[in-house]
Amino acid sequence: MSATLRSIVQRLTALFRRRRLEDDLDDELRSHLEMSAEVNLRKGMSPADARREALRSFGGVEQTKEIYREQRGLPMIETTWQDLRFALRMLRRSPGFSLLAILCLTLGIGANAAVFSWIEGILFRPYPAVAHQERLVAIGGTSRDEPRGTPLSWPDFQDLQRSCTLCETLFVSKITGTTLSIGDRAERTTGSIVSANYFDAIGVPPMLGRGFLPGEDRGQSAHPVAVISHQLWQGRFKGDSAIVGKTQRLNGVIHTIVGVAPEGFFGTFVGWGMQFWVPASMEDIFEAGGYKLEDRGARWIEAYARLKPGVTLQQGQQEFAAISGRLEVEYPATNRGRAIRCWPLWQTPFNNAGTLLPTLEIMLAVVAFVLLIACANVGNLLLVRSFARRHEMSVRLAVGAGRARLWKQLLTEGLVLSLFGAAGGLLVAYWCRHALVLLFPARGGVQMHLPGEIDWRVLALSAGVCLATTLLMGLVPALQTGKIDLAQSMKMESAGVVGGRARAWARSGLVLVQVSLSFVLLVGAGLLMQSLLKVRTASPGFNTRGVQDTAIDLVSAGYTPARAQTFQDALLERVRALPGVESAAFAKMTPLSYVSSATAPIVVDGYQPRPEESPTVEYNEVGDDYFATMGIPLLAGREFTRADDEKAALAAVVNETMAQRYWQGRNPLGERLQLKGRWIQVVGVAKDSKYSSVRENATPFFFVPLRQNSLRGSVLNIRTPLAPQTMATAIAREVHALDSNLAPYEVITMQEQLDRSTSAQMVAVTLVGILSALALVLAAIGLYGVMSYAVSQSTRELGLRMALGAGTSNLLCLVLSRGLALTGAGLLLGAATALLLTRLLGNLLYKVSPRDPLAFGTAFAVMGVVSLAASFLPAWRATRTDPAQVLRG
Amino acid sequence: MPTSKSEVLQGTLDLLTLKTLDSVGPMHGFGIALRIQQVSKDLLQLNQGTLYPALLRLEQRGWLASKWGVSENNRKAKFYSLTRAGRKQLEEEAESWDRMSAMINRVLRTT
Repeated sequence: MSATLRSIVQRLTALFRRRRLEDDLDDELRSHLEMSAEVNLRKGMSPADARREALRSFGGVEQTKEIYREQRGLPMIETTWQDLRFALRMLRRSPGFSLLAILCLTLGIGANAAVFSWIEGILFRPYPAVAHQERLVAIGGTSRDEPRGTPLSWPDFQDLQRSCTLCETLFVSKITGTTLSIGDRAERTTGSIVSANYFDAIGVPPMLGRGFLPGEDRGQSAHPVAVISHQLWQGRFKGDSAIVGKTQRLNGVIHTIVGVAPEGFFGTFVGWGMQFWVPASMEDIFEAGGYKLEDRGARWIEAYARLKPGVTLQQGQQEFAAISGRLEVEYPATNRGRAIRCWPLWQTPFNNAGTLLPTLEIMLAVVAFVLLIACANVGNLLLVRSFARRHEMSVRLAVGAGRARLWKQLLTEGLVLSLFGAAGGLLVAYWCRHALVLLFPARGGVQMHLPGEIDWRVLALSAGVCLATTLLMGLVPALQTGKIDLAQSMKMESAGVVGGRARAWARSGLVLVQVSLSFVLLVGAGLLMQSLLKVRTASPGFNTRGVQDTAIDLVSAGYTPARAQTFQDALLERVRALPGVESAAFAKMTPLSYVSSATAPIVVDGYQPRPEESPTVEYNEVGDDYFATMGIPLLAGREFTRADDEKAALAAVVNETMAQRYWQGRNPLGERLQLKGRWIQVVGVAKDSKYSSVRENATPFFFVPLRQNSLRGSVLNIRTPLAPQTMATAIAREVHALDSNLAPYEVITMQEQLDRSTSAQMVAVTLVGILSALALVLAAIGLYGVMSYAVSQSTRELGLRMALGAGTSNLLCLVLSRGLALTGAGLLLGAATALLLTRLLGNLLYKVSPRDPLAFGTAFAVMGVVSLAASFLPAWRATRTDPAQVLRG
Repeated sequence: MPTSKSEVLQGTLDLLTLKTLDSVGPMHGFGIALRIQQVSKDLLQLNQGTLYPALLRLEQRGWLASKWGVSENNRKAKFYSLTRAGRKQLEEEAESWDRMSAMINRVLRTT
């Protein structure tokens, strides 16, 4: 065994000392022959005979050397090395071809690698620094009405934590926000409300200070402590090394900073970087709806669990179902019809993973298409070259190369190309790894964080793509060698006619594939584009153009409720008096923003809930003049006024859907509903509008006056035809006049708000658009290449036709019609494929049929024009054929 | 050339080479070829060239060592010598050859 191993090592090292060993061999054999000849001389032969006899008894010198070389090195590796060097030489010899091919592959493989890295970094391993993400699952609740995931209540979570046996750990991470005043600019900052075990559970110890202590997540506002992000520490606190123990006002409450999270940790919320963490006990400071830690009916938390090693998602799911089943029996009042379930991280329902999942899935298909198109292009280029190299191949075959050897060489050439392409592609992916963030509109104070991750899994997948690519395009010319008829091809020189050659089939087939694939992409892009337009122009039920909103966070600034009320009254008066302002109103939340509306269980007078129903409805707290300002029409009753204050009778405005569901045809005006133990009278019915998403179905919703509730409404809605910039300066001036330490948030129109809420669709459209444009260009290059080649191969035919009297227009028609025939066939194939595939866009489409004629029509038109353009140049060149020269030559 | 035949030949050549070097000490390729032909009384006709890949193979396995030196006629030549592993290998191979030929003889006589 050791002898075998030894010999392998010797052979391997021989690969690197070839020149030396080759000289040695020459010397040794020469010396042998000379000695042999000497002996023969001594036997009395003539010098010439002596030498001849020496050679004879030696056998063939060159054969011996060849056998010797094979014994010396590793022939497999050496021929591979030969092939590699040959391939590189071929690349250098035709730089134009090589560049084009490598560029195509770079784009194809790069697009794939970039999407892989996004999927890895956003969906599969979204939380840098967090331990064992592969076993993390997202936990949420489901109910009859909302199978897609609702938050959990704190008591439910605690019961889950206590009784779960298959989980290593469970923790809460609920996004929240606050305002940090930096100079005279107020900035929104996002953070998380977490369970006390958070930093231990995720395995990220703070770099300074400590995480939260057990018990710090209990009691109402009992533990005002916070851990801040590395970024916040560096930025706002200038990297103060004595930061631990200092205080910071968050949402009006002085918090002690107990720790700083390490650099490169962004929290556990896909899409946004978290800047601070507070324990769940501080919930009522940050959340709407008051103290909820002891309220099983208040569902607000988002949680994760890490399953024990070896536990599958299904097993985890079964246990969660069992536990929630017990809770349902034990607490029917709050838990009837509700269950707890888990999702893999990439399906997390409560962060941007869920929003981006469909987009990234579609992207995966799209980049696969682009890669196929790129492969077809390069395959086509290789094919052209393989025709040009037919002679070379025939000679190789004739002198005894096996077909397997030829295949190996062609595949090696393909591999070299795709390796270059893969290297370029990874570079592209590296540049694009953070590009996804750029596609999202900036929003004040939120740090978007959507990193691509290029780890070994992405690299391995890209290598796989590279190999598949090699096979795909290397195979085309390789198969062609199978068709080489030695005798034939050694003899003949090519003389073809346009479209009249059997071999052109392979090339035409590839173009067909390209045209059809890019058609599918164009249709997809068209559908998404239309869907986006529909989403953005759909009426959300309120005025989008003429209404702007901003916010002034008085709570964070430490205002008491009474002082805040005085301030808001004064500000409202000033703003309403501004030139150009038609009306203005405060509200607790802005529709379509990420901040979720409060939800609460309600009791409706005279409504008998079904046995499994516990009516829970979302609501908003709004100031006087709200409906007029927002442009939400009232169908009955009245708007809130200044008079609806703490002394007046409690009032509510319900929406149409709520009126229908709970009063079932009766007039709700004057009827009562109970919220948090207080009876409220319905004073108005508002037309339905959109509350948390443009795409939501009509949902029950109601409004209550700010003054009769928390008073903590900080959103200021303004109805004005002025530009937001103008408004921003004016409002900043008014706020400043009242309190020089305060500043408003950015002022945006409701349309901007709507656009931001649909940014995922926007991203999908942009990406698919870019890639289908790329695909279109690649397909056009492919078509152009095929047509140019066809023309160049058939100059004799064209010349003959001209000599026989064909005019310019005849030739133009001939070539163009061939190009268009190809395109036409590709379009038909593409249309059939698109009809099958666009259904997959499903969820991304809003009020657009996957068979939308406009999208198909546009794609037809674009493809038609582009292919006409791509075949026109070759056609025009055909007309420039000089018949005399061609026929003579 | 059928492989089975060449393998037998190869094995035999290896054994002969090892044995030659064992009896005459360090020797160059031509000397080994000459010696094999002399000893076999020219019954074994071999292309001298085939010796070289065999020498290389034996060297790669660590049974031979080689060194450039000067021949008796003052000519530069590569000298091969048996290593310790080579000597052991020779013993083993000689033994197995004996066993093999004894067995073949027995078989030939009995049938």
